[in-house]
Parts: sequence; structure tokens; C-alpha cells
Amino acid sequence: MATFAPDDASVVVIIGSGAGGGTLANELAQKGVNVVLLEAGKHQSTSTFLQDEWASFNQLAWLDKRTTSGNWRVAKDFPGLPAWTCKTVGGTTTHWAGASLRFQTHEFAAKTTYGSVAGANLLDWPIGLADLEPYYARAEAKMGVTRTSDNPGLPGNNNFKVMYGGAAKLGYTKVSTGHMAINSRPRDHRSSCLQMGFCFQGCKSGAKWSTLYTEIPKAVATGHVDLRPESHVLQIETGANGKVSGVVYADASGAQHRQRARVVAVAANSIETPRLLLLSASNAFPNGLANSSGQVGRNYMRHLTASVYAIFDEPVHAYRGTTMAGIVQDEARNDPGRGFVGGYEMETISLGLPFFAAFLEPGGWGPDFTHFLDNYTHVAGMWIVGEDIPRESNRVTLNHDVKDQFGLPVPNVHYDDGDNELAMRKHAFDRGVAIYEAVGATKAWRTPPYPSTHNLGTARMSSDPKLGVCNSHGQTHDIANLFISDGSQYTTSAAENPTLTIVTLAIRQADYIADAMNKQLV
Amino acid sequence: MDDKPTTLTRREALRGAAVLFGTISAGSVLATLAPSRAWALELGALSQPDGASILAMAQVLYPHADLPSAVYAFVVKDLDTAAAGDAQLAAMLAAGTAQLNAASGGSFVSATVAGRTAAVTSLAGSPFFEKVRSTCIVSLYNNELAFKHFGYEGAVWLRGGYLKHGFNDLAWLPNPPAAASPKPYVADASSLGSSR
Repeated sequence: MATFAPDDASVVVIIGSGAGGGTLANELAQKGVNVVLLEAGKHQSTSTFLQDEWASFNQLAWLDKRTTSGNWRVAKDFPGLPAWTCKTVGGTTTHWAGASLRFQTHEFAAKTTYGSVAGANLLDWPIGLADLEPYYARAEAKMGVTRTSDNPGLPGNNNFKVMYGGAAKLGYTKVSTGHMAINSRPRDHRSSCLQMGFCFQGCKSGAKWSTLYTEIPKAVATGHVDLRPESHVLQIETGANGKVSGVVYADASGAQHRQRARVVAVAANSIETPRLLLLSASNAFPNGLANSSGQVGRNYMRHLTASVYAIFDEPVHAYRGTTMAGIVQDEARNDPGRGFVGGYEMETISLGLPFFAAFLEPGGWGPDFTHFLDNYTHVAGMWIVGEDIPRESNRVTLNHDVKDQFGLPVPNVHYDDGDNELAMRKHAFDRGVAIYEAVGATKAWRTPPYPSTHNLGTARMSSDPKLGVCNSHGQTHDIANLFISDGSQYTTSAAENPTLTIVTLAIRQADYIADAMNKQLV
Repeated sequence: MDDKPTTLTRREALRGAAVLFGTISAGSVLATLAPSRAWALELGALSQPDGASILAMAQVLYPHADLPSAVYAFVVKDLDTAAAGDAQLAAMLAAGTAQLNAASGGSFVSATVAGRTAAVTSLAGSPFFEKVRSTCIVSLYNNELAFKHFGYEGAVWLRGGYLKHGFNDLAWLPNPPAAASPKPYVADASSLGSSR
């Protein structure tokens, strides 16, 4: 592994090693660019991953203090845990389930397509599907996405059989085991899927793509990357020229270090990325870095989520096999006739007994609740993921009343469900229940959202610098050598699980950064 | 009743220890899993009556007809452990169980099922109620006895995953077509190595 000196001002510093940061590091390294990759969390591996839900949660999840506000149910059920993301090398790619769907054409033009939505701060992306298609292809090839190139689909498990049976009875036609970044046969020196379940706990076979054991070791092997785990960035510094000059981070002992940089790319997920920009306020940037628009931290999107669990007379054993084993895509279209704009995907989900108890109905108790647990082996489940409309008031701010382990203000995540989300959730619940009733469900449960795993939009792309934080390459409008490299860039959320598009944008961004460095533009 | 916590034996009472204990009925699937059908839990911070009240409260909150009391005892054990290092929590638990008794006309554990349910419901939303309830969610369902009871197979890494252990064994619905759900990958002879 390369090691670069703290005062080496020629390196690109990347903050975060997940889908955005880990991919960007490898793409830059392959081009010979020197990178310091800073990761707040520890370095785990497939051998240290735990098939034990609570223990794994404590091993991988980002558990630093946070606060919440707003009318969303998560603020009531999980006031200190607005998001279920990860603090570990590989970031949330250790935890994601692998669903890898391209955006639909209209989703890049949300404002044009959806028109006026009450309370919304809609905007079209500065790029369209055609701009991303070649990069989507590179991302799918990198990740081994099933049903792309020559990668076969995965076999469906029992949970998918139930979903398929019900969906077919309702006349849905876009139903399959989907596009997954999980090896359906051995590939890229990783095994094929063993149908273990525990996709959320870190894949012990390595069949599921994660930057932890793909991008990052490949990046390190080039000799151009200095990976520093347990390096928690506290501040991005700027110089007299108005550009960023480096970062200050704390190591595992709490000791602080300064790493100088030619370019800084922030990929800390959509809560910590805006928080870090806000924490880095200075005399030159009193409202935080790259915040002349006032949009840093705003337009926080989490996807419309919900789950449906249903009991059957016959056994299902939904926990066996991949967590997201299949998908119904018919409702992902935009059809305002349903009473809302945008669409949603229905994807199987299963939880082990401990998390089923914790998440079926947070705060729930009594015989109706325990009836579901008594029937645990006879339950099928699906997760609903739909487009979330950006609102300026849904935002990440600094909570100066609560401090983290470094004495810095924690992020507060404020979110209110809007009318579009409520209408879409009701529609999706009804369709999900109908799928299960079509194949004999005796009882269905409408489960409220979990802490957010899809966090988006808090440093968004825009053509007009007054309306967003970065341009179509994630380069901030205000500071040429400061980049946003994660889902914070999202102008709108689309309905699809976000990782594939984050990886796609990182590949495209790497081309842009390397070119700009060659031309001495940054 | 076989499967209920019983009162102190004379020997335990003489020793002065607060102990909860009971037995797992011979018919339970857990009888073969537990090292012994009898279980005992020695308490540190909680008194024996308070421990028995919390166990009964857990049974009201999360009623499972045939879940042995040994599993509910994990709730008491975890709260007792937490209270040992937290005087505030110990006081909250003692006050909460006193409220349960008061709401039951003297003795919560001796009240009817309806009486116990009413007493627990009357405390819903209080910090004591939430502490016991949230402890239940983790302590009741995150242990091997519960896994066995509810039929959850848990970690499968050492068994090589469910690929050969029933991930697609559901037979009460037709199999989806191969286009929607292809056959699983099976290593061909060339990838098995040269041993045969």
C-alpha cells in the first residue's frame, strides 16, 4: 500500500470508502492518480462479518449520536437513529442488499415531468439517461449485475415464489429475480451466491459486491492509494485562494492529523456529507463550504419506504436465501392517475427473528403483534421503495445543543412526509397486501419505515448554481477542487435503489477529475 | 402448572438469595436443547417479587401460549444486570412493579389475566413500561431458545448457506418460470478440481 506524507499537497483526499468513495478511489488509482482514502470506521472482512443481527449491527452501523425532528414516524420510533448506514471500510456497501436498477428516462426530468407538486423543491437533473448509459454499463460490468452482459439471473427463493405467485394473479408482468450485484456464478475471484440470507450483515461468501473486497483492494494494489481506516474527518480546510487545502481528521485514539490535498472528494453519505460541509464554515465561507446557494443539507430524501408482511397457512421460511430475492416493477412507472407522481418498486425482504421483532411494528406489543411472531416461519415479506419528492424543509442541520464524541454539533435530520408520499405509501400498501391475499394470506401487516438506508439529495446537482450545490460531475459550484461523490449529489431520488447510480456517477466523476488534473484545472 | 416460575425453596430462602426459577415442560421443543429442564435465575439488584412481576409483565406484553418461562426469564436477567450498575434504573423498576401491584389491588402476579393486562395497559407509555417493553424485544427474541421455538435457523455459514438447505423448497405454489427465476448455479465437473 502507498503511504503519502501529511504535507503532500498533490494527493486527492476521499472522505468515505463506500459506493461513491471506494469506487472513485479505484477509478482514480487505475489512472495513476494518488489518493488518500479516509474511512471513519474499522476494517472488517468476510471472515469477521457476523451472522447475528444485533451483533452485526453493532459491528457495522454508524452509531454516532444524531437527532431527529419532523412528522415522519422514524422520529418517533428511532429518535436517535434516523438512518441505518455503516461506519466501516466499504461503508454501506457492506449492508446493502444488491438491487441494481438503472433510473428511468423521466426520472432525470422530475420537474418537467411531474410539474407542480405542493411543497416540493423539484428540479431536473443537469444530465439525462443518455449521458449515463455508457457509465451504467461500466458500473454493471464492474459489479457483475445479474441479467446484464452474460450474467444470468439469480434463482428465486421461497419468499420470491410467494411474491411471484401473487403478482402473476394480479396481472403484473415485470416480475423476476431482478438485477442484483450478487454473483449468480463465480466471477471476479468471488464465489457465487450460497443463499445464506444475512445480506444486510455483510456477505460472508463475498458473492455480493462491496467496495470492501473489490474496489478497495484493487485500488490499494495499484500502489496509488493510502487507505486509512478509523480516520474520522472533522473539518475540510480552505486556503487563501478560496480552494480547499486539506482535511483534519481524528484517528482511533482521538489524536488529530492534518492531510493536505490538491482535491477533496466528500463521500460520507447524505447525512455526514452536508454536516461536514457545514462544520467546515470559516470566515471566507460563513455558511459552510459550497453553500452560497443555501442548499447544503436541504432537499433530504430517504425514499418512500414501507414493508408488507403476510401470514400463510403453509410454510415460507422467507429468511432462507437472498434478502432481496425478487422484484415487481410494474408500479415503478409515472402514472399520476394513481393519485401521486413517481413510482415505486416492490422487492422481497426478510428479517431474522431478532430484527423481525424489532422492526415489524416498532413500539408494538400484545397478542396481534405476537401472532405474527408465532407464525414466523409462515410469513412472506416485501419492501416498498418509491420516489421521494425533494422539499427544502426536509434537511440536515447542525444541532448545537447536542455534541458528538469530538465535541462537534451532531446532525439533526428533519423530515416531513408530504401528501405525495402519503398517497403513494397507501397505494403501495394496498397493492402489496393484494399480492399476498391473491395467494391466500390470512393476515397482512403494514410495517412503517425502518431507519433510512437510502439517504439522498443534501448537496444536489444543478445547472444553475443558485439552485444546487454541485454541477453534473459533482464538482461544487463554489469551490473547483471540492467534489461531492455520494448520493448527496442526487437532484431527485428516482424510485430505484441508489447504489448503482452512485457507482455510475463515481466512474464518470473519476474521468472528469483525472482530466481536470491533467489540464491543471484543479 | 409445570411451566411457571415458582416461589423460593426453603433452602434458597435461608441463604438469602433472590432466585427465580421454573421448569421447561417435557413436551417443549426446547426441552432437548436446554442443558436441564429446570431453570433458576439468581437476582442481584432486583428482589424476587419484583423479578417475578417483571417476568409476568413480559408475558402480558408478548404473550406466546407455549413459550417457556425460561425465555421470559432472559428479560428479568437482562434488566437485573443493567440495574446492578444503575441505581436510577433499579429505583425505576422497583417503583414500576409497585405501580403494577397497586393497579392490581395488591398483587400483580396473583391477579387474573385480565387484571394483569389492565394493570400493564394502565402504564403504557411510561418510562418504566418502555424500558421493560424495549428490553423484551431484544431479550425475548435474540437467543437460541427463541430461535428454536419460533423455527428460525439463524446463522448458516457453517452449513454452507441455504442453497442446499431449502431456500427454494416451497411446494404449495407453482414454481415461477425459468425466465423469472433461473435454476441455481451448480459447479460443473471442471470446477471441482482434479481429485476425481
